[in-house]
Order: sequence, then C-alpha cells, then structure tokens
Amino acid sequence: MFKRIYALLHKDVLLEFRQKHTFYGIVLYIASTVFVIYLSFPDKPDGATWNSLFWIIQLFICVNAVAKSFLQESKGRMLYFYSIASPAEFIISKIIYNVLLMVLMSSISLILFFFFLTNPVNNALQFTGIVILGGISISLVFTLMSAIAAKAQQNAALIAIMGFPIILPQLLMLMKLSKVAFAEVFRAGAVMQLSLLIVGLDVLVVAMAVVLFPYLWKD
Amino acid sequence: MKKSWWKILSFVLLIYTVVAGFLIKVPDLPIIHQSIRNLYFHVCMWFAMMILFIISFVYSILYLNTSRYINDIYARQFAAVGAFLGILGYSTGAIWANYTWLTDQNQSLGSVLKEPKLLGAAIALLIYGAYFVLRGSFTDIDKRARVSAVYNIFAFVMLFPSIWIIPRMVGSLHPGAPGSDTGNPALNAQKDLDAVMRMVFYPAVIGWTLLGVWIATLKIRIQLLQDKTLINE
Repeated sequence: MFKRIYALLHKDVLLEFRQKHTFYGIVLYIASTVFVIYLSFPDKPDGATWNSLFWIIQLFICVNAVAKSFLQESKGRMLYFYSIASPAEFIISKIIYNVLLMVLMSSISLILFFFFLTNPVNNALQFTGIVILGGISISLVFTLMSAIAAKAQQNAALIAIMGFPIILPQLLMLMKLSKVAFAEVFRAGAVMQLSLLIVGLDVLVVAMAVVLFPYLWKD
Repeated sequence: MKKSWWKILSFVLLIYTVVAGFLIKVPDLPIIHQSIRNLYFHVCMWFAMMILFIISFVYSILYLNTSRYINDIYARQFAAVGAFLGILGYSTGAIWANYTWLTDQNQSLGSVLKEPKLLGAAIALLIYGAYFVLRGSFTDIDKRARVSAVYNIFAFVMLFPSIWIIPRMVGSLHPGAPGSDTGNPALNAQKDLDAVMRMVFYPAVIGWTLLGVWIATLKIRIQLLQDKTLINE
C-alpha cells in the first residue's frame, strides 16, 4: 500500500516538474495578488488587517493550487489508476501531494507578505507554525472539494462555492489562533485547545475523504 | 386517515402554540419583555431544521449504500425544507435581535449579527445553498445523486463543530454563552425556561418539526410522480 501511495505521489511530483508552467503560474498568482494589496494600501496595513488579508489570500491560493489536482486527470487516465490502485491509496496520495504543495505556497506567500507589507508579527516563528497548520487544513478540505467538483461541469467556480462555507469555521479559528503571534494575550490553555481543535478537524476531514472518495471514484 | 394522525397532531399543536404562545402569561424580563414569545417560533425553527438535516443526512448515507434513486429524492427534499426553516429561523432571530440587542441608535444590525452562534447558522445555510448549486450542475441523474450525497455527508459532518462545538467556547450575546451556566450552545430548556413556558415550548418544537416533515413528504410525493418513469423498483 505505501509503495503504491509513494508511486502515485512520485508521479504527481514528477508531473509538476515536467509541467513547470502550472507551478510558476501559482507563484506568479501569489506575487501579483500580494503586489496588488501592497499598492492598494497607502500606508502599511495594521496587524488585524494584515492578518485577515493574509488568510483570505491563503484561501484563494488554495483554490487555485489544489483545483487542478483532479481536473488535470483525464478520463482515460482515471480509468488506468482505477485498475492499478485502490481509492484510499489514490486519495491519500493526492492529499499528501496537495498538503506539500499548499505548505510550500503558504510559505512563499508568507515571505512575500513580510517583504511587501512589512512584518507586524511579534513572534514570526510561531506564526510560521500556524501558517503551516493552516495550509494543511485548507488543502485537506479543498482536495475533497476538488474531487467532488471534478465530477461536475463548471468545476472551478464550484470549488469555491462548496469549499468556502465548509472551511469558514477552521479559517476563523486560524485567524484567532494567529493573533497569538501578534502578542495578544490568551486565556491559559486556550492556544493549545484551539490548535488541537484544528488538528482534530483535519483528522476528521482525512477520515471522511478516505471513507467517501470510493463513491466518487467509480463511474 | 390512519396514517394522518401525526398531521392532525401537528395542526393541533401549532394552533395551541400560536394561541397559548400569544396569550399565556410569560415572565417579564428586562430588555426582552414580551418579545420572549418569539421563543416559540425562533428556537423551534432551528430544532426543526436540525432534525430535517439529520434525516437528509441519513437518506444520503442510505443512497450511497443502496443506490436507490428514491433515497436521493428524500435527501434532497428534506434538505430543501430544512434550509427553508433555517432561513425562517435566521430572519425571526434577526427581528428579535433588532429589538433586544440594539442598544443605541448608532449600532447597525450588521455589526451585532457577527456572533459565533449566528455564524454557525449562516454557514449551514451557505452549505445547503452550495448543495443545491452542486445538484443543479449535473445533467446525469445517477452521477448527481451520488456526488451530491457525498457532499451532503461531508458538509453535515463539517457543520457539526461549527454548530455544536465552537459556540460553546466563545462568549456571545446569544443565550447559552460559557459563563452563564447553561452549557448548551443556544438554549437549555430545563434551566432557562420557567415551567409555564416549557409547557408551550415542547409542544411547539414537536408541532413545527411535524409540519416540516409534512411539507417535505408532500414535495417528495410530487417529485416521485414527476420521476415515475425513472423509478423502477
């Protein structure tokens, strides 16, 4: 099983290297979005605005980065995967790949945010950790959304419509959690509780994806 | 006639709810005053909505297990009526908040409605809105049924924390915040309501839920007649 997951993952990564334009497309998307924000603020944004802007941008990056993971697979290729791997293996490999991609993209956008919009964060290391956690959470939900949307016709718009309400609770928790890095004082234990809740939701999403994907997979 | 006892029950209970709800003596609390009677309508909408969503969720699971088209019709119509009740619940709540939460004239309703508890409700409505958009984007019936069942199950499970867990963790104007010793996300009927109000409240919940189920069954019957040719059991 691990061997097959690894093989599928390897194939996705290899494909990314062969078709570099999609990868750089997303990087350029991040860069231009951050640049637009940079230009639209006469002064540098204050901490709260910075924080909410950052997370909203994460959401849109994820829609763009993860959307193609299922859309790029043609019908014939899906049939081929169907014959060589189990649905659980397939979805887990996709999840791992998307998590890696999204963590990378989140880090790039964090660097760009620091560069263009200054750094209002007090504890940069802690914030980076929260960003990675956030990137993982968002990409998990959108992986399954992309799998669902790939079955429908106008898929790109559907991913946003379906995913945003579902990710909202987690996103709000992440925004709240990241205030810790802005030196906001939390009740003792609240930070741990919030992080554990987000991690718990992530585990739930993965479990749901593994259970539900087999039904999406067969045509 | 034998099968329709619960419809009669629903009718009687709702008559009782409206008559008793408006006439019976209620405790006169500060700020809320007589608007407390809205409880018989606003809270019941959420109860009924949640029950209908659970039914829809169960039918979606049944569909994935059996692949019988009939289960998909059930899941869709229960979700539709549930979402409608949710909209009613949201609007009755907004009216209520307009008269109780707004303290001075400068406050807008929009600023007050940013509440963790209302958020869960709004998310629920958005999710089911997306569910219907998703359904609309398919032409193939089997595919539509299967994919939307998957989304329904996933969305319902993800909805759970935003309605049942998060509101317990944060403060809010809405009844049932942590600190007030109720321990329930919205309302704890045992502790918060006095005996007279409970006498109307419980029948009202049952009555509204039955009405919701009744509307849903009518819609299902229409759908079943329309798709008669598709269903060959």
